[in-house]
Amino acid sequence: MSYAISDSMTMIGRSIRLGRRKVDTLIMSVVLPLLMMTLFVYVFGGAIDTGTEYINYVVPGIILLCTGYGAASTAMSVADDMNSGMIDRLRSMPIRSFAVLTGHVTASVVRNALSTTIVVGAAIAMGFRPSASLVEGVAAAGLLLLYVLALSWLAAGLGAIARSVESASALSFFMLFMPYLSSAFVPPDTMPSFLRGISRHQPITPVIETVRGLLTGTPIVDQGWIALAWSVGLLIASFVLATALYRRRISD
Amino acid sequence: MIVEATGLRKAYGSTAVLDGMDLEVAEGSVFALLGPNGAGKTTVVRILSTLTRPDGGELRVAGFDVVREPAKVRGVISLTGQYAAVDDEQTGRENLVMVGRLMHLGRSGAKARAAELLERFDLVDAADRRVKTYSGGMRRRLDLGMSLVAAPRVIFLDEPTTGLDPASRTTMWDAIRDLVRTGTTIFLTTQYLEEADRLADRIMVLGKGKVAAHGTADDLKARVGGERLDLRFASAADLDVAATRLGGFTDRERLVLSVPSDGTAAHVHSVLDDLRAAAVVPARVSSHRPTLDDVFLALTAREGVPA
Repeated sequence: MSYAISDSMTMIGRSIRLGRRKVDTLIMSVVLPLLMMTLFVYVFGGAIDTGTEYINYVVPGIILLCTGYGAASTAMSVADDMNSGMIDRLRSMPIRSFAVLTGHVTASVVRNALSTTIVVGAAIAMGFRPSASLVEGVAAAGLLLLYVLALSWLAAGLGAIARSVESASALSFFMLFMPYLSSAFVPPDTMPSFLRGISRHQPITPVIETVRGLLTGTPIVDQGWIALAWSVGLLIASFVLATALYRRRISD
Repeated sequence: MIVEATGLRKAYGSTAVLDGMDLEVAEGSVFALLGPNGAGKTTVVRILSTLTRPDGGELRVAGFDVVREPAKVRGVISLTGQYAAVDDEQTGRENLVMVGRLMHLGRSGAKARAAELLERFDLVDAADRRVKTYSGGMRRRLDLGMSLVAAPRVIFLDEPTTGLDPASRTTMWDAIRDLVRTGTTIFLTTQYLEEADRLADRIMVLGKGKVAAHGTADDLKARVGGERLDLRFASAADLDVAATRLGGFTDRERLVLSVPSDGTAAHVHSVLDDLRAAAVVPARVSSHRPTLDDVFLALTAREGVPA
């Protein structure tokens, strides 16, 4: 048991080190959040009417958009290990090779925490004024953490079955796309009715509504519980899926 | 026998990759599995190193059943695959320490072992550079070093020198010979006959999932006959005259006549005297001992495998 933990720690250290050194991963987690923030606030923001200052509306959306990009790079890192000799080396050692996935998922959560900090910092510099108390702030961070963890396991599972880094990137495309079909950037009321349906019944909208409510005091109503249910459900399903897909990939 | 397999079978779909092969490897020896691409060499290595489940057969490594006790087998082996399993974005030292940590040597133990292996594989100067700056030979050496962190009893090397330049290949061969001196058993696959000839105690030639031949390098060479004399002529006409006189095999393209020989000066003399009497003189004469290439070509041609 203690070996299982120390093996995971070793693989987490590895994944974080690799993430810090790969230029594309670093751009994904540092430059992209800044770029998105600037783009939405200064370029699109002026034309979108949300009834409030747009920067106050859009911050949670940018955080979740970056989460999608983060997940895509996680899927690619996992696929890279599964399709290079690394997985064979790990599997021929007397360790639980599943630790390679745990390593990438944890590193993904750490990178997302970094991106989120950058988004919030940049937003505050651009005029974002959250009204959250400490408890609300912690609750928002907790929900985001849960959601990121769920998405990272899903990405790891997709990475585990992908036959190449390119196909991992293609498989995770929907994660980049989903935030646009949510209440992230525009209120769903402005969408045609079939899109409104999609927007309301996907996990990103309740998560965004809850985080936005916690940070800026907009009404949350029942979205908090829905967001929590989605995140916990998604986390369990993603973990089970990742385990199954990994097992399937290594049995031939 | 530290590695034993009987009736090893593996098929992917309806294609049989291994069709009932037996092998055994003595502890402390070097065993080479030789064959062209697609002969099933990698599959054998993957099965013996617990990565792939066989469809049938009895397999033991260091006395442990490979299928039923994979964890125990993993504790005594290590694998160096065809593609160097190293992290480009980590330094050589970090790669080695990572493996040491996974082998539970502890923080300081892993560091000490890494330093030792960097020294041994001549990577001290490059130790703290990222692996992406390494040459092909350095990557292979690091890869081999990573396989040795836990001092395994059996090392599987899948095509350890494929794609390396001649100098790196020689360095790799030296590293393998050093390992043998420490009593480690080596199981390697190769497409290079020279490599098997230089390193291996026993060689198994694999063609289309079946054992085409098995023995020491000398055994195998004996199977294609002894020494021969190659006589090259200036014209096809001369070649024909010489062939009628001496017999042997003719290679009309290269204008070479090969005749069996015992390698003695007396035999060479008598052949040349014979030719002078027929008024044809060869442009060049060379004595030729059979190489494993001859064995390989002869065996795989018989099996219908393109070499």
